Amino acid sequence: MKFIRLFLFFFFISNIFSEEWIIQPSPNAQNEIQEALILAEPGDVISLSKGTYELNHGLSLDVSDVSIVGEGMYETILDFSNQETGAQGLLVTSDNVLMQDFAIENAKGDAIKSKGVKNISFIKVRTEWTNGPDSKNGAYGLYPVESIGVLIDGCVAIGASDAGVYVGQSEQIVVRNSRAEFNVAGIEIENSYYADVYNNIATNNTGGILIFDLPNLPKQGGKFVRVFQNKSFNNNTDNFAPEGNIVGLVPSGTGLIIMANRNVEVFDNSFDNNQTVHIAVVAGDLESGDDNYDPFPKGIQIHNNQYSNVGMKPDVSRGDLSPILMDIAKGDMPDIIWDGLLPMSELFFGQPEKEKIIIEESSDTNFLDLDVFWYVAFPFFHSPSRDKSEFKGSITNLPPISKWN
Amino acid sequence: MELKKSFLVFLFLFSLCVNSVNQEAILSKKPEKKLSDYEFFNDAVAQIPMENVLPYVLHSALFSDYADKHRFVYVPKGKKAKFIPNEVYDFPVGSALIKTFSYPQALNGSRMLLETRLLLNQESGWAAHTYVWNKEQTEAYLKVTGHTHASMMYFLDGEKKYVNYRVPNQNQCKECHLKSNAIMPIGPKSRNLNFSIQYEEKLANQISFWMEKEIVEDHVPLDLIVNWSDDAAPLTAKARAYLDINCGHCHMPGGSADTTGLNLNLTESEDRKIGIYKKPVAAGRASEGMKFSIVPGKPNESILLHRMDSLDPGVMMPESGRKLSHSEGVALINDWIISLK
Repeated sequence: MKFIRLFLFFFFISNIFSEEWIIQPSPNAQNEIQEALILAEPGDVISLSKGTYELNHGLSLDVSDVSIVGEGMYETILDFSNQETGAQGLLVTSDNVLMQDFAIENAKGDAIKSKGVKNISFIKVRTEWTNGPDSKNGAYGLYPVESIGVLIDGCVAIGASDAGVYVGQSEQIVVRNSRAEFNVAGIEIENSYYADVYNNIATNNTGGILIFDLPNLPKQGGKFVRVFQNKSFNNNTDNFAPEGNIVGLVPSGTGLIIMANRNVEVFDNSFDNNQTVHIAVVAGDLESGDDNYDPFPKGIQIHNNQYSNVGMKPDVSRGDLSPILMDIAKGDMPDIIWDGLLPMSELFFGQPEKEKIIIEESSDTNFLDLDVFWYVAFPFFHSPSRDKSEFKGSITNLPPISKWN
Repeated sequence: MELKKSFLVFLFLFSLCVNSVNQEAILSKKPEKKLSDYEFFNDAVAQIPMENVLPYVLHSALFSDYADKHRFVYVPKGKKAKFIPNEVYDFPVGSALIKTFSYPQALNGSRMLLETRLLLNQESGWAAHTYVWNKEQTEAYLKVTGHTHASMMYFLDGEKKYVNYRVPNQNQCKECHLKSNAIMPIGPKSRNLNFSIQYEEKLANQISFWMEKEIVEDHVPLDLIVNWSDDAAPLTAKARAYLDINCGHCHMPGGSADTTGLNLNLTESEDRKIGIYKKPVAAGRASEGMKFSIVPGKPNESILLHRMDSLDPGVMMPESGRKLSHSEGVALINDWIISLK
């Protein structure tokens, strides 16, 4: 009896105290890491000691409340250069998972994907394709999708052939203090609700930051995104995305694109040396065939940003807009453009007041409404405008995401 | 003394006859280390099951690197599976689905067992485990992290070939078997079983046989799905049957690939959701410069076909479960795309 009690006691103890799995680089590391990821109990920590781990198969975690912690994003390196199976380096499908202080290099597909989870944190994680920009690189670095509660803090994402940081179909998102470099898109928030993107550096990408809403997806109608205190500069890398991907349409030299989203507030950012345009506000796919999709951006507020050096070498090879921009701008390249596309009724009778773009910037900020509809449909009526005074208005600050404070 | 001995022998033999599946093992949270501990088989090497473990065959099956599959179902005595139209049967707690993968080693029928996958229906839902057969073919052992059978010989059109056969890890089982956050079987749907197979005692329709054996409630089964390899069947029906069993378990609402908006399950009826003129969402380099999942009439411009054929882990579909391209499946989908207008 006593024995049984003692046994029970230990049984409970073992459940209360979390276990630490300590793993070192070794020829058997593939199995050891994957075994830990499968056999871990909630509360456990999987510690990856410093060194390079040569891995042949994608890893996956499906146990909630587990942390994967390395000894630094340049010290603990999971190298997938010789990956044989798995569409990601690491796949997470469980809730409350923390990843910290390690790097995933040269994954054959995406570096880290999380799907359908609650509360996922990426802290000081690096994802990189070490050969630099290449269309053969994996699509996404940090890739949480269909997740509620996403924190990306202090991370580095380099060389993704789509987006370095890509948050899709998710809610309650914070992306901060991170650096995205040499990706096609630096940081992309797509079909998502409630996101704060701040204090990040987006540089040497094709496009720095993208806030997109796409049709024909389970979750759409992206809204309530704040983009602030970021530095988006020198995003002049040639677009190396394979054609067919939506980011393949991004012209090289773009600081920020807002497409088809609503309620986006952009403030206190600095934009410098982007060779096409600093900010573009544009409509999404007008022929999506999706009745539930609204392609027109609404409630976009842009204020108190700094702009310098723009449009030195506009890229007219990608997307439909940049040739039009080149044609209309006549050498005087704007900091901010709006394609001017609206639903037909609003083209004639005007937009509802609360859906209008608001631009409150210093007087030397150069703006251009391309008025694309009339440019294409009936050039006689085409009247592009550089007058931003008609977009003046009072800013209604969006609420912050308090979840990750 | 002699009598006692023969009585014991009799008892032993009798116990063998009534000996059956280890129900406790099926329900246990902790999987057994050895496949034999479940006692599903009378002769596991020959894949001869216990009496109340029934073999079954799917009319249209998933491609797994040309491996043969031996499928079995076990439902605890006194309980019955429920029929749900268009879905997998709702099996009672304590049920097990057993699937052994093998390669023939000679044209005369000797075979190498590779792995036996179990789906065990427990109080908390289905659990998935994989047992890997040893080289000696005497036992299969639990393997949570997957396994590579290096240079396995198999036959294709009578010709010897070799493959590094990959046994999936426990999480990969879930990736395909996940539906709305719960593990679900994929194959045993009424429409995939409604045809006759040769049982030991007779030739019988599987569903009628299941009803006769009282492992499923009486019901009127669904129409039989087309076998994708049946030359006589209409092309579109074959293509949709192929996509359903090979892709539809992830590419369906609630499946692992639902975020793509591409639904390949049989019941999806919208052209764009099946991929026709659907733009890729997160395909990345897998799009290889193509603009749509399926371009009618143009297989060479259809991402879906390209990913089915690829062997690159960052491109290939399905993401796991194959190391080879399924040339018959690729040819079928190629023909189907050509036929689309």
